[in-house]
Amino acid sequence: MTNIPAIAITGLRRSYGSQVVLNGIDLQVPEGIIFSLLGPNGAGKTTMVQILSTLIRADAGEVRVCGHDVLRDPDRVRAAIGVTGQFSAVDSFLTGEENLRLMADLHRLGRAEGRRRTADLLERFGLGEAAGKPAVMYSGGMRRRLDLAMGLIGNPRVVFLDEPTTGLDPRSRRDMWQIVRDLAARGVTILLTTQHLEEADQLADRIALLDRGGLVAEGTPAELKRLVPGGHVELRFADGRALTTAAAILDVAPEPADESLVLRVPGDGGVRSLKVLLDRLDAAAVQVDGLTVQTPDLDDVFFAVTGQAASAAAPAIASASGKVTAR
Amino acid sequence: MTTMTLAVRDSATMLRRQLRHTSRNLSTMLSLLAVPIIILLLFVYVLGGTLGVGLGGGSGGRGVYVNYVTPGILLITIAGAVQATAIAVAMDMTEGIIARFRTMAIARMSVLTGHVLGSVLQTLFQLAVVLAVAVLVGFRPDATAIEWLAAAGVLAATTLALVWLAVAMGLVAKTVAGASNLPMPLLLLPLFGSGFVPTDTLPVGLRWFADYQPFTPIMETLRGLLLGTPIGNSVVLALGWCAVIALVGYVWAKRLYNRDRTR
Ligand SMILES: Nc1ncnc2c1ncn2[C@@H]1O[C@H](COP(=O)(O)OP(=O)(O)OP(=O)(O)O)[C@@H](O)[C@H]1O
Ligand SMILES: [Mg+2]
Repeated sequence: MTNIPAIAITGLRRSYGSQVVLNGIDLQVPEGIIFSLLGPNGAGKTTMVQILSTLIRADAGEVRVCGHDVLRDPDRVRAAIGVTGQFSAVDSFLTGEENLRLMADLHRLGRAEGRRRTADLLERFGLGEAAGKPAVMYSGGMRRRLDLAMGLIGNPRVVFLDEPTTGLDPRSRRDMWQIVRDLAARGVTILLTTQHLEEADQLADRIALLDRGGLVAEGTPAELKRLVPGGHVELRFADGRALTTAAAILDVAPEPADESLVLRVPGDGGVRSLKVLLDRLDAAAVQVDGLTVQTPDLDDVFFAVTGQAASAAAPAIASASGKVTAR
Repeated sequence: MTTMTLAVRDSATMLRRQLRHTSRNLSTMLSLLAVPIIILLLFVYVLGGTLGVGLGGGSGGRGVYVNYVTPGILLITIAGAVQATAIAVAMDMTEGIIARFRTMAIARMSVLTGHVLGSVLQTLFQLAVVLAVAVLVGFRPDATAIEWLAAAGVLAATTLALVWLAVAMGLVAKTVAGASNLPMPLLLLPLFGSGFVPTDTLPVGLRWFADYQPFTPIMETLRGLLLGTPIGNSVVLALGWCAVIALVGYVWAKRLYNRDRTR
């Protein structure tokens, strides 16, 4: 390990025509961590990955990968990275094995070594049985895994994954998460983009929130969650009378003009405080119809830093928020 | 290893990729062969009797005409083949794999040289098949071994030049359909030249075009080498045109491939 950050970005700007897509990004990613770039559709995630992987140029700013400048030394950067873009980058006419061998040949690995790493990756990514089938016949999940394997054959130090789990079913998503964790355990630095807060929370050591071309927050998942006030408990009642009584007992005002018969009570939702809360209502014979614990999650962070619900910007994010519901 | 040997190595890898693609698209190869062969049979058996008489062949008109038309058919074979190259390149560019190649530390042009080498090999094979069919239907060249070799060289040079041009066309086209239309004029050039009838039988404007377009000297050179007709300065013009077309195609393709692509 060196002290040189895996990724160092200063003052990065990029526009498409008159549309500013990246508006002055500063970012450092230390070696050996999983870093997640989180943002809704159109935030500029793919553009950033394309600049980092030497596919497109920045308009301004300095971008270094493993200490190499992407403009002055693109081939050094390319030799250090593995890329799995948002859109599949496999050769559909070739089989899975041939795709990997092609990559091995382009890394000039030599026959024996190429064959060895191909077999190893096919095995690790569960593609052994499909190795001889043309990639056109692969399912979305298999294609994604092949895509990732192809980016790894040169043993890259930094791996870019642009929305690696978009379009995968929950099981394949979990498999992909495990693959990413295994990769990180081997010391590879990973920059992963996602629209899913849960995914960033699950995988990343550090997260940056990208919104309309700017970084609006950066830190560990825990640090980001500390940016927002604590969570709350939502109590649902059968009728207005119960709601009013409960509001009086707990000393919280029901939301004005709210017809949903729901009361939001601040609290962290821990078992002990929940019990206290319910006991107080029980003592006053107030029937609670249902209860939802709302822990502070990255959705709240997004709201806190952008003043806009992430869910309004990207529906996918709303479904990933961490709600625990009890009845 | 030097940059040059790395480039050769990567190009060889990309050539293997192209050959695999070809082996998986044999039906494309067959249809590419069918077109020039059908045109050959059409001109020899349907029109050849009459056209041959016009060439002064008398009662053996059909045999005379086979000899006359074969060089033009060979160029149509090349034109059809490079149209397929343009389509293949355009399709390749829509595949994500090209983006992957661009993020790898490989000889940058090797994707394109792979296409070029693959197409040249494939086209030479097609030319051999079409020539064999021509011989079957009565083509009777009187070339010596040296002349055969020279003719093969001219065909290879023409193929190489047009393939580079087609690669550029495949890159510049916004869609695969566009890529298939751009090389279309190449298929017509043998017709608007000395491919099917001598240019002095054409009306004035067309004759002028036919005399100065690149395919005419190439066809005249092939005729001279294979059948012993006078060559004159055709060979110089032919090779000159090939060099210019190859250079334009190469430089254009390189520029297009290296431009800042935004998906
Ligand atoms: N080639 C292009 N030409 C013009 N505008 C583009 C191009 N590529 C991206 N953009 C614009 O740049 C902005 C950011 O796009 P980008 O693909 O980086 O977003 P993203 O965060 O990856 O979004 P998604 O989650 O949908 O993948 C978008 O508004 C998009 O319209
Ligand atoms: Mg994207």
